[in-house]
Amino acid sequence: MNFPILSVTLFAPLVGAILIMVIPREDAKTIRRVGTAFSFLTLVLGTIIWIGVARAGAGDMSFTEEYRWIPAFNVWYRLGVDGLSAPMVFLTGLLTTLSLFYSARTIGERVKEYYFLFLLLEMGMFGVFMSLDLVLFYVFWEIGLVPMFLLIGVWGGARREYAAIKFFLYTLVGSVFMLLAIIGVYFDTGTFSILEIAAAQPFVGNIALATAAFWAFFIAFAIKVPSFPFHTWLPDAHTEAPTAGSVILAGILLKLGAYGLIRIALPFFPERFHYFVTDVPIIPIVAVVSIVYGALVCMAQWDLKRLIAYSSVAHMGYVTLGLCAAAAGYGVLAGEQNLSAAVSGLTGASMQMFAHGLITGGLFFLVGIIYERAHTRDLKAFGGLGSQVPYYYGVMLVTGFASLGLPGLAGFWSEFFVFRGTVRFIPVAAIIGVLGVVFTAAYILWKIVQHVFLGTLDKEKWGTLSDMEWWEKVTMWPLILGMVFFGFYPTPLLDMFNAALTALLSGLP
Amino acid sequence: MSILNLAWLIPLFPFLAFVTIALFAHRNRALSHQITIGGIAIAFVLSQVVFWAAVLIPVDGGEHLFESTAIRWLPAGHEVLSLGVWVDPATVVMLFMVPLVCMMIFIYSVGYMNFGTPQIDPRYSRFFAYMSLFATGMLGMVVFNNLVAFFLFWEIMGTCSYLLIGFWYEKESAFRAGLKAFLVTKLGDLFLMVGLVMLYAEVGSLAYRDVFAPETLHHLAETPFLGTPLSMAAVISLLIFGGTVGKSAQFPLHVWLPDAMEGPTPVSALIHAATMVSAGVFLVVRTFPLLTAVDGGVQMTVVAVIGAFTAIFSSVIAVAQNDIKRVLAFSTISQLGYMVAALGIGAYVAGAFHLITHAFFKALLFLGSGSVIHGMEHGHHHAHEHGGHHEEHGHEEFNPNDMMNMGGLGRRMPRTFWTFLAGGLALSGFPLITAGFWSKDEILAQAYETAPWVFWILAVAAGITAFYTMRQICMTFLGQPRTAAARHAPESVPSMTVPLIILAVFAVGLGWAGIPEHFPVIGGLIPNWFHHFMGSAIGAAHTAEHAAEAVGHAAEAVAGFVWQPLAMGLAFALGGLGLGWLVYGWRPMGADDPDRVQAAMSRVGLGWLHTAMRNRFYFDELYHWVFVRGSIWLAGVFDAFDYGQAEGRHGVVDGMVNLAGRVGRILSQVADWIDTHIVDALVDLAGRAGRAGSEATNVFDLKVVDGAVDGVGSVIRAGGQALRPIQTGRVQNYLLLASAMVLALVATFFVMILLLQIW
Repeated sequence: MNFPILSVTLFAPLVGAILIMVIPREDAKTIRRVGTAFSFLTLVLGTIIWIGVARAGAGDMSFTEEYRWIPAFNVWYRLGVDGLSAPMVFLTGLLTTLSLFYSARTIGERVKEYYFLFLLLEMGMFGVFMSLDLVLFYVFWEIGLVPMFLLIGVWGGARREYAAIKFFLYTLVGSVFMLLAIIGVYFDTGTFSILEIAAAQPFVGNIALATAAFWAFFIAFAIKVPSFPFHTWLPDAHTEAPTAGSVILAGILLKLGAYGLIRIALPFFPERFHYFVTDVPIIPIVAVVSIVYGALVCMAQWDLKRLIAYSSVAHMGYVTLGLCAAAAGYGVLAGEQNLSAAVSGLTGASMQMFAHGLITGGLFFLVGIIYERAHTRDLKAFGGLGSQVPYYYGVMLVTGFASLGLPGLAGFWSEFFVFRGTVRFIPVAAIIGVLGVVFTAAYILWKIVQHVFLGTLDKEKWGTLSDMEWWEKVTMWPLILGMVFFGFYPTPLLDMFNAALTALLSGLP
Repeated sequence: MSILNLAWLIPLFPFLAFVTIALFAHRNRALSHQITIGGIAIAFVLSQVVFWAAVLIPVDGGEHLFESTAIRWLPAGHEVLSLGVWVDPATVVMLFMVPLVCMMIFIYSVGYMNFGTPQIDPRYSRFFAYMSLFATGMLGMVVFNNLVAFFLFWEIMGTCSYLLIGFWYEKESAFRAGLKAFLVTKLGDLFLMVGLVMLYAEVGSLAYRDVFAPETLHHLAETPFLGTPLSMAAVISLLIFGGTVGKSAQFPLHVWLPDAMEGPTPVSALIHAATMVSAGVFLVVRTFPLLTAVDGGVQMTVVAVIGAFTAIFSSVIAVAQNDIKRVLAFSTISQLGYMVAALGIGAYVAGAFHLITHAFFKALLFLGSGSVIHGMEHGHHHAHEHGGHHEEHGHEEFNPNDMMNMGGLGRRMPRTFWTFLAGGLALSGFPLITAGFWSKDEILAQAYETAPWVFWILAVAAGITAFYTMRQICMTFLGQPRTAAARHAPESVPSMTVPLIILAVFAVGLGWAGIPEHFPVIGGLIPNWFHHFMGSAIGAAHTAEHAAEAVGHAAEAVAGFVWQPLAMGLAFALGGLGLGWLVYGWRPMGADDPDRVQAAMSRVGLGWLHTAMRNRFYFDELYHWVFVRGSIWLAGVFDAFDYGQAEGRHGVVDGMVNLAGRVGRILSQVADWIDTHIVDALVDLAGRAGRAGSEATNVFDLKVVDGAVDGVGSVIRAGGQALRPIQTGRVQNYLLLASAMVLALVATFFVMILLLQIW
């Protein structure tokens, strides 16, 4: 494969952004078109990448590119995707396209800067999923941070500054940890290559340093995920961000943390990870607390957007739990049932990354849609909208059911596989974690569906509320289709994840 | 290519009906119900083909088992779980019952939804779409070849029950009942899900062929669970049984089913007969080899105890109910308890037989009660319009479901009455002519031999069942009308009564498929087809030796005819019916009479007990206070811990973060103050004082300012400063700043590396 499709995909948004800088700001229409077109281009490329990886074998890195970048420090420009990253690249393209398409009709001010930043953000996210070099990974990680900070700070809600700074601070603290760990790992192994480091296993025999480096990586990623107790930036950031910002934040940015855990923290330090899952079970506790605590806190929210924000804490807890299962299985993977169960845990975690992107992305769009009309997100203010906006009700029902993990919709498989892995190695965590399922059902159906749609309609207040417009339907339909399709037939996605993660786990020393 | 591959298509057509209505036909009422009935009719025809093909053409050399070629579905590690169809006697028997009963209910719905109050115009199509999806769930659950698919369709059904129970969502009681049904069954599903993933992780597959293979079952029976004396098989089958407890409304998760009658009556019929609750029992039928993997294990006892207790517990509650549908709801719970208890003592065939017969007569009873309610509503409407206003006080509170308001409807609604009577007698186990007798008799006969205590509980429950059924029939159909509404109630339209008649035929005749061969006089006249066919499922080589043993053991009981259980079963059934007639039928209740049982119990000082029965022994209230209030309270506590609910008040977690932030902010303010007051002043001073002074302050600046703006503070300052230009609206500056920050971070990185390198 000679055509550098990864680089093209990675920098296409940058080209778009530069192009937008050239267009005069009065011509908002062209800006919107160019922005959406470039993101759509990346979606097409992302689809091609997915197909290419599936054909080449999802267990190996495909489309790899390698160029010397800073020879003095052995820094390379290394890109590659496997079955784990290809679906995430596709998801990034999809959600960005939908976000920009939706924003074309909802963002009216500073259109130029908005589209510029959004494309820059997309590049950052692509970079993280494609990088096979830690320096590159880190650079893109930081590039993604800044546009999001500005998207919240400029286009956000009433408390946007507070939220933006909080978001920035938290993530920056994580970045500092990660930077230190990267440098440490480099000095031990002499390389920044993610695959080489994983093969070399940094700090073997030096438990103190290995522990420190592991936790540095883990905290950096756990903040981004976010895992309890590093999660309080998230409700604020989500609540204040503009609709499309929330979509990307929940849909992709949180997954960067999860991706880092799977791609870096686990393969670099499997023994340490195993230790903190089984011998000193800090991480499973954090995961289970995230799930149950996050779900319970959701039940206490009255702001719809904030509720959905908190639901991410709970849902991303499954990702951490799935990782715990895989880490707990480390060391006994020779047994066929153990390998299947450990891979299941990781597959479930990855499935959750993808499904949660579709589902929560959809939920944030839906919040935006109702907020545009009602100018409130207060659950107590609604009621009986089911007959006023039946289309919206139907779409919300499907998305909500997907969110609570209903079988037949995409969210189910992640929970199912995570628990399959967990129950074999850390059954107690599975038994407590499964409670989150009931609480999730409770807050989706009781808080959202019941308070917004059921009961009697206040005709005077909501009698003029209009149902979804065509562009809103166009935004939601791809997500709904994805939820239903992967809900019944998750095989294309599972095949990708399973191959990559089986290879990853089998490759551990 | 076997004709049994048609089973693939059975769930597909109702599903297509759902999709078509949801997307294209939702504005057209007639088209919606036509599509729904068309979908289920095709499923019915296909099911009949599969049924007869499976019965008449044994595959695999005499075994009634067929598994289709499968499609790749769920990969995990190096193993793959494939999806295919699985046609064994259990599947086939369900395929006979489910589409037929569903179709009757759907046809009935057209009449029910068109000719009654309240009109549901805007949601008419939605109703039929949900009904189709419900049928999809049940049929999909039945035909596929692994437990994952089973669970998937099982949950789809749960969702449909939520949507349909809460169908009239303007009514608070309706949407609350829907939520309750969903959450309570979900609680049971948690156990099921843990059981399934445990089984999956242990076996590496959830395909029936793998899970129920003798060596797998042997392995599961031998493996201890986490070092406890219990075996893996016992624990997993108990967890799976948790799903049944939720779905089939067994004690202690029975509370959702009585409320489920808030949905339109056809929904109640669907939930109580053909789908939802039958699914729970079918789960036990399906996983029976696992349940019996350990001989005489504790799991069987638990199942039998819960089933038997539920059977008697809810039949007692049913005696004190006045709502016509609520009586039926508790009778459903009680009858499900029968089936569960039967399976718990190893009476596999009898349990499955009762599942099928019950589906027919319970669908019949619910649809009949819907017809009655319909008649009452019409009658009320009629009486109200034509000068009935002088009679009842409080029209607005008129309850068409209340049997106290009925009476004498038998003459007004003859078709409803005779069919309801057939269903009621089948429920009571009226001897020889009803299907309910044969299936109940078989359970009792086996219980008598294997577990006498179960027999006694079930026999008493049968007596109570007969009693309250007769009470219901008398209060509804016999005597004189107690209200104007009852006096004016008309018979329902043919689209409602024809399904009743068809179901009544099955409620009576279906029992003849399972007459024990050793039954006096008529035994052996018709071969005990059901027993042979269904029994072959469990005798198949693919299933466990223990299951076959357990069934064989239970079946030995009926190998020779034993007269005691039959006599006692008859005595209880006829005694209950007779007593019911004596109390309620001989001298019918007048308009203002109190309930006879209530009055009698009050006389002997047991009024409190009757009150408790009427209030379902207060389990709903208990659960509400403990679980619902409990979770909400906990949610509030956690939220406060996290963030604090009031504006400006911070919880513990966020408070700590804020504290750090505040410290940082103070530091940055100090720095800022130093910057503006000291540094700038000094700079000014320096400017005035001359070059030498200026150089001195520069040193100060570097040392003091940079030193102070350390750590978090510097970050806050960067952030704060970054935002200030935003406030003034000059974003471009901020883009510059942002780029600068990225560059700065990258630069920091290289400087650090350089420093480390030098060091």
